[in-house]
Amino acid sequence: MSTVSVVHSDNYLTADFRLWSWLTTRDHKRIAVLYTVSITLLFFIGGAAAALIRLNLLTPHSELVSIETYNKLFTMHGVIMVWFFLIPSIPTTLGNFLVPLMIGARDLAFPRLNLLSWYLYVIGALFTIEALVAGGVDTGWTFYTPFSTLFSNTHVFAAVTGVFIAGFSSILTGLNFIVTIHEMRAPGLTWFRLPLFIWAMYATSLILVLATPVLAMTLVLISLEHLFGIGVFDPGLGGDPLLFQHLFWFYSHPAVYIMIVPAMGVASEIIGCFARNRVFGYRFMAYAMLAIAAFGFLVWGHHMFVSGQSAYAGTVFSLLTFLVSVPSAVKVFNWTATLYKGRISLDAPMLYALGFVGLFTIGGLTGLFLASLGLDVHLHDTYFVVAHFHYIMVGGAVMAFFGGIHFWWPKITGRMYSDAWARIAAIVTFVGFNLTFFPQFIVGYLGMPRRYPEYPPEFQLWNVLSSMGAVILAFGYALPLLYLFRSLRQGPVAPSNPWNAKGLEWQTSSPPIPENFLRTPVVSEEPYSYSSDGASHE
Amino acid sequence: MDHPPLFPPPASSLAENIDNIYFVWLGLSAAIAIAIGALIVLFTIRYHRHSHADRTVAPEAVRERSMHRIEIAWTLIPLGIFLAMFLWSTDAYYRSATVPSDAVPVYVVGKQWMWHIEHQGGQREINELHVPIGQPIELVMTSQDVIHSFSIPGFRVKQDVLPGRYTTLWFKATQPGDFRWFCTQYCGAAHSHMIGRVLVMERADFDRWLAANSAAGSMAAMGAVRFREFGCGDCHGRNASVRAPRLEGLFGRSVLLQDGRTVIADERFIRDAVLLPNKDVPAGYEPTMPSFRGQIDEQQMLEIIEYVKSIEYVPQGALQ
Repeated sequence: MSTVSVVHSDNYLTADFRLWSWLTTRDHKRIAVLYTVSITLLFFIGGAAAALIRLNLLTPHSELVSIETYNKLFTMHGVIMVWFFLIPSIPTTLGNFLVPLMIGARDLAFPRLNLLSWYLYVIGALFTIEALVAGGVDTGWTFYTPFSTLFSNTHVFAAVTGVFIAGFSSILTGLNFIVTIHEMRAPGLTWFRLPLFIWAMYATSLILVLATPVLAMTLVLISLEHLFGIGVFDPGLGGDPLLFQHLFWFYSHPAVYIMIVPAMGVASEIIGCFARNRVFGYRFMAYAMLAIAAFGFLVWGHHMFVSGQSAYAGTVFSLLTFLVSVPSAVKVFNWTATLYKGRISLDAPMLYALGFVGLFTIGGLTGLFLASLGLDVHLHDTYFVVAHFHYIMVGGAVMAFFGGIHFWWPKITGRMYSDAWARIAAIVTFVGFNLTFFPQFIVGYLGMPRRYPEYPPEFQLWNVLSSMGAVILAFGYALPLLYLFRSLRQGPVAPSNPWNAKGLEWQTSSPPIPENFLRTPVVSEEPYSYSSDGASHE
Repeated sequence: MDHPPLFPPPASSLAENIDNIYFVWLGLSAAIAIAIGALIVLFTIRYHRHSHADRTVAPEAVRERSMHRIEIAWTLIPLGIFLAMFLWSTDAYYRSATVPSDAVPVYVVGKQWMWHIEHQGGQREINELHVPIGQPIELVMTSQDVIHSFSIPGFRVKQDVLPGRYTTLWFKATQPGDFRWFCTQYCGAAHSHMIGRVLVMERADFDRWLAANSAAGSMAAMGAVRFREFGCGDCHGRNASVRAPRLEGLFGRSVLLQDGRTVIADERFIRDAVLLPNKDVPAGYEPTMPSFRGQIDEQQMLEIIEYVKSIEYVPQGALQ
């Protein structure tokens, strides 16, 4: 394989410095940077809401904010984190940057559509932030009817419009990735030579394209009922509020996989590289992500075990939920097995990736508690659920996202960051995360409901522990902002392949030239063809 | 108590089984999580890049075969465990979903932001529920406005409470005391104020409580009064001249509808007939029934339903 190591004067960052060139760029790498800046901003807004929530829960009597304000805080936390951070996080940043590079293409199939996705995302985010500034929304991110449609006097409509618009950004990104992965792979890059990150992006894109329209339809139905009094969800008009929950979770459960499948892809790349081993059970790993994407559409009813849906429906949804968790379990075993007979180094990305495996394991296992019908009746809508999904979405998805940012940072920016600080941040995040969310399992089993600004005094101990953990976690998230920012000016210049990693993205310069590769690479190897028994080639 | 509790008291007949499922999952999870964690640490140390551990691997063909075997094993073993736990927890669920035939109904109306309770004898409570120990209680619940949820952690039971339909939840308390209940479905500003307590009493104490709080009349009797007030009897009464469905013995029977469907005349059917009369029109009748939507609140509706039920079981005595 020919390695392109020609020093090229212009990279994608230095090609044109004008703001206008950024705002009209069609370069997938620049669009990835635009997305990274936007979602980071939204992450810290959503995080600020979380900080206020945890601060308020230090005492049982909601002494920091009024209960109305608290309700708006957890709504904005959920809406921003789910739709404007977690769902776009890995696909629009690392995905945008890496999909063409990893398959040896010059760009995505539809560069203009890609730019349009970002603008749709920004417009959607502005609508939602406008709702926040104008006075907030108090429905929770789930917008359950009839509360959201008939009883809430807050800015539900603006927030829903923002989510609706951002949905189109998701659909376009998904379409773009599917077409690109099908049509633009380099010569020799067969399906089973694709990196698992590409498989993850492919599976995620399928969900984005198939599930997001259902959310859009649901939001349109809400508006129709609101504007024309057509009875869809309002029981007073002969509608059914549970229909809303079915439609909402038909989208929102697969949305969980939109968050976690990309994280699985990132973890596979990192673990393979730093264990210097082929990812164990490569084919299974690829099929598992497709299976999770497909079966993820059939389990939405497990959010509704106590909603009044029939016992038979609950039984089927419970069984299907157990089945969909098998591939996830096997993936954890496979990542662990990848370490066996490896040549392991614990650089910061690897610490994040191993942290991901640990937290995802706990998140997955506690998901089994919730899939168990009889037990879920007790646990539903308590802090046990809050803890569980934060282990998946924050412990899992965000940990992997940070791991990915650290892994590909030299490629994206052309600079190295301080590895010591990055390792500290990874460990602080891991410790802070567990201290924040583990006590919530306990207080959840004790019966503390979610979305309560006030709570009985016997729950205080666990809430104090959780809030202390949140302080540590906040440090863990703020640290990378500092040393990564610093690396942009003062970091050593990164070589094209600082980790000796396999994969086409490492065969071009760091940062890559605008057209990615001087010559289209030709692939003749299996993915992850690391050799741990020999000396690693420097 | 030396340390804060880690789980709520098991205070109902269902609690122990649910706790056992929880403990088994805890044990399995701890075993798996510790095994994964230990392997990661072990491999990381043993195969650290500076270690000289043996890294020779078997030839590709041999490795391939053993890899497949390993993968099949760790697919099938979790699957087996999951299926066993599925059967156990589904059985537990059906126990909590199947109301015993000797359960005594108590009626619950949730509204922003309080709980109204009414016993069959007409005793009313707000955010409190008195029940006798050892007696299965069936809560028949509806909401006046948004979706609420009735959750008693001490009993390990929970059920959403919806507007426009009736949901049920049953329990049998096994120890005396006060047990908190929460609204667990977010319902607006004062969601966290929708807390109540179940007071579990000895049978004799409970009977004394019932007697001391006996209201104007039983729910059925109150329903009979509503029935007259709203003029229901003008068409549905014994001596009515208008051709309208008879209500004696209606409850629990199947009813043929104009559009050919057959439905059971349960609480929801009666409620819909009063509030949404054009939804299920019985065969052979004109849809002339006016809607009482906005005039009858959920509590009055429950009393009317109790009255309609009563004219099946005790045709004369219900009006005392």
